[in-house]
Amino acid sequence: MSAPSLDRPTAPDEKALQDQFDATLAADHRIEPRDWMPEGYRKTLIRQVAQHAHSEIIGMQPEGDWLLAAPSLRRKAVLLAKVQDEAGHGLYLYSAAETLGADRADLTDKLIEGTQKYSSIFNYPTLTYADVGVIGWLVDGAAICNQVPLCRSSYGPYARAMIRVCKEESFHQRQGYELLMTMMRGTDEQRAMVQDAVDRWWWPSLMMFGPPDDDSPNTAQSMAWGIKRHTNDELRQRFVDMSVPQAEVLGVTLPDPELCYDAATGHHRFGQLDWDEFKRVIAGDGPMNAVRIARRRAARDDNAWVVEAATAYAEKHGA
Amino acid sequence: MAHEETVYDALTNAHDDAGHWAFGTGFDDPLAGVDTTVPDGVDPADLGVYCLMLGDDALVLAQRLTEWMTNAPELEEEVAFGNIALDLLGQARLLLARAGSTGVLGRSRTLATGSIPDEDALAYFRDADEFRNTALVEAPNGDFAQTMIRLLVATTVRLAVFARLRGSRDPVLAAIAAKGVHELTYHRDHAARWVLRLGDGTAESSRRARAGAAAVWPLTAELFTATDVEARLTTLGVAVDPVDVRDEVRGVLTTVLERATLTVPAWPAETPPRGRQGVHGPELADLLATLQGLARQHPAATW
Repeated sequence: MSAPSLDRPTAPDEKALQDQFDATLAADHRIEPRDWMPEGYRKTLIRQVAQHAHSEIIGMQPEGDWLLAAPSLRRKAVLLAKVQDEAGHGLYLYSAAETLGADRADLTDKLIEGTQKYSSIFNYPTLTYADVGVIGWLVDGAAICNQVPLCRSSYGPYARAMIRVCKEESFHQRQGYELLMTMMRGTDEQRAMVQDAVDRWWWPSLMMFGPPDDDSPNTAQSMAWGIKRHTNDELRQRFVDMSVPQAEVLGVTLPDPELCYDAATGHHRFGQLDWDEFKRVIAGDGPMNAVRIARRRAARDDNAWVVEAATAYAEKHGA
Repeated sequence: MAHEETVYDALTNAHDDAGHWAFGTGFDDPLAGVDTTVPDGVDPADLGVYCLMLGDDALVLAQRLTEWMTNAPELEEEVAFGNIALDLLGQARLLLARAGSTGVLGRSRTLATGSIPDEDALAYFRDADEFRNTALVEAPNGDFAQTMIRLLVATTVRLAVFARLRGSRDPVLAAIAAKGVHELTYHRDHAARWVLRLGDGTAESSRRARAGAAAVWPLTAELFTATDVEARLTTLGVAVDPVDVRDEVRGVLTTVLERATLTVPAWPAETPPRGRQGVHGPELADLLATLQGLARQHPAATW
């Protein structure tokens, strides 16, 4: 029996590492950046976190289009703070992705080249100021339903980023709802604007939860890894159940004739989503896909000289 | 699941806790609870017009900076533009509300309905000829370099004025200035750091910084000439005569540009303060058309 060689430490084999990873998940503890993780877990997380970060950044645009025209100074301040928060969320999330070995500039390139996705909801246009409120209420509401469970994601940096993101999102949602309440107390034209916006955003909001469970191939693995906590259909159902009473308080009609309460299940039944439209928009053929990406591309390319200057200055001055 | 549900369920009964709203986004009149009595011997109309001058500068510059949102070179700059624009918007709201409290509302009240607060009547229902901002802030952004040079000049002037206004005999103006000084110190620092990076960065950025300075410098021609209103209010200890900040402003700008290895352009010959008197270029009309369009389309609406 010989003593283990000191100059050649035996790395724990992959099996032991995998066992330790599995035990961490089983105990509902967090995986941290320096922990060993399976390559599939790392890749799936980078994709998920990057897609989320991209959604925050692209998500600045639909509402950002109303920043210059917000109809009161208070509304302008509220909206500016919100759009700024979204930039901040993008920053935290890109940072979380960087703890997995990704690089922000590279992820941005992938967004612009179309090899990474963002939430399909942001490919719809914002036609009136009511859209700002409806995005807050429904889109941020759906995002919260999706994201609150991610505060318990098995990956520590993502879970911690999500706690902060969710707090701010819930604030945005309330501001959006409050705008709609104010508009509903306003003129007939304003009430019509709100209803019209609800009509346009309701179905796309339901699509934010992703494809139905029987068409969501990654869900089972992601749930086993603890980076997804509920299925798409579970979250969608929860969102519908929460939104119905809120629509009643607001005084708007949700555009679904099949929507009704099912006393037997305690849930609301709702109509069939247009999954063809979902696939079209995801594939890049939504009303605003090209515009959204062109804006990001221009921000990157037209200002590349600024980034180069900052880099050159830092090199010269050791900053 | 309890935690998850409380976040969302708070929505429908969340209207009684004003403390949760972000600063400056609450419902209150920005001057709620503030004694707005005009100091003895001061003409309220003069004080109101002076507040419009300072408020319009902030509003118009905030609008210009907001144009960068979603178009900035880096996400950090999106956040910075948002921050600076929000601070300036906050200053504008206080100053326009102060103008309204003195009864200076111009023609705005003939168009805005009674439910619209003074700050919005003034921001949304005045035409360009009633705006009192300088040409410096209404000029289009140009590229990032020109934007930062303009921001540097505008915040250097405003910081110098606000630092002195902290001692104004109008306690409202003094309080607004005291708060603004902290904000403007950060804004000026942010702009100065960028001017250094661009001036002393690459050949391309240096070229653009020089072009930016060449475009912005002529706009300083009217900055240091007092209007009659400013002259009267300065005598009364309420306002600052802009000529009193000229040397300080030129000194700061010269220091920054030289450290940035840029040549300081010649200071232009001084002109009457046309912007302060309501004389503007077509750029302001365009800016206001965007800013005011929706509000004017629905004058009876509440937002």
